[in-house]
Amino acid sequence: MLRKGIITVILIGFAVMLLQLFLSFNGNEDLNTTALHYAENGIEEVGAANLVTSVVVTYRGLDTLGEVTILFLTAAIIGLFLKLTREEKSEKREVRPTSEILQTAMKVLVPVIFLFGIYVFINGHLTPGGGFQGGAIIASGILLMFLADPNRKISHGLIAVIESISGISFVIIGILGIVLAGGFLDNHILPLGKFGTLLSAGAVPLIYIFVGLKVGSELSNIIYYLNQTQKEKK
Amino acid sequence: MKFLSPEYISMAAGFLVILIGIWGILANKNLIRMIIGFSLFDTGIHIVMVAISYLKDRTAPIIDETINTQEIAKQITDPVPQALVLTAIVIGLGVTALMLVYAMKLHKEKKSLDITKFNDLKW
Repeated sequence: MLRKGIITVILIGFAVMLLQLFLSFNGNEDLNTTALHYAENGIEEVGAANLVTSVVVTYRGLDTLGEVTILFLTAAIIGLFLKLTREEKSEKREVRPTSEILQTAMKVLVPVIFLFGIYVFINGHLTPGGGFQGGAIIASGILLMFLADPNRKISHGLIAVIESISGISFVIIGILGIVLAGGFLDNHILPLGKFGTLLSAGAVPLIYIFVGLKVGSELSNIIYYLNQTQKEKK
Repeated sequence: MKFLSPEYISMAAGFLVILIGIWGILANKNLIRMIIGFSLFDTGIHIVMVAISYLKDRTAPIIDETINTQEIAKQITDPVPQALVLTAIVIGLGVTALMLVYAMKLHKEKKSLDITKFNDLKW
């Protein structure tokens, strides 16, 4: 009873606070100064058709690097937590056979999902999407593979190699920006190209390809660890 | 009536989702349900952030042939909150994955997901 009362009081407190915010919100008429700069100079400075991408990859590229690092840390901590002992590793896991539909659909869909994920991160500077979304789509393909066959072996070493190479390449591109252009993660190390085409916006597509590969392999790693530790004793 | 425009409706929906999330965290004793509460809290904040950046009669900040390049600033919404939400979604995913792994570990210890069973640090 007391517990319920406290919860109600806390909820009402939050509701009053949020209502104040809601009532004091007056809507916007125009872009603020930061957004105005991005909107007016985004095409000349970055050359990406998707302004969100120019903010994420170039203007705020350092934050994206931090974000990728946070994801990497998450995957590493999960791997540490779910580490298996040797005895657990040798146990054979008994799973109910999955349905024919799932197995066949997996064979048809996984290549298409991978292709779509790659499309999303290569076109991140032109259309909605980008490295994080494309990486998540690729990881969903891996998840489908595990759903169809939980005992499937995927090459953990290959994932680790892809992840390390793309992470290092991301940082190297950033440092090349200092050497060849205006600063860390500056995209002018490559020619800007024609606005709105695939090979435009300098290094932005390259960076998003590496971000996509890195996020995809990190999320696949998380799924792999979670799948590996399902070996509960019966 | 100003509260019937899209930004107010989506903002109210976002606040409602936040409140449901807080309720889910506080009122449930099952760890998985609490994690769902945290996820809802997260999602509500994302909705509110996008609602704040809404500008009437404007399009997404992606420049294609429908946008007059001379007056971009008058035709697009603010790209910064959208980039922020993109970041927040990724961090939210990482946090959710970590919480689920903790829940898995706790379940392995006590064979239960009930939070009241974990009273080792209680006196």
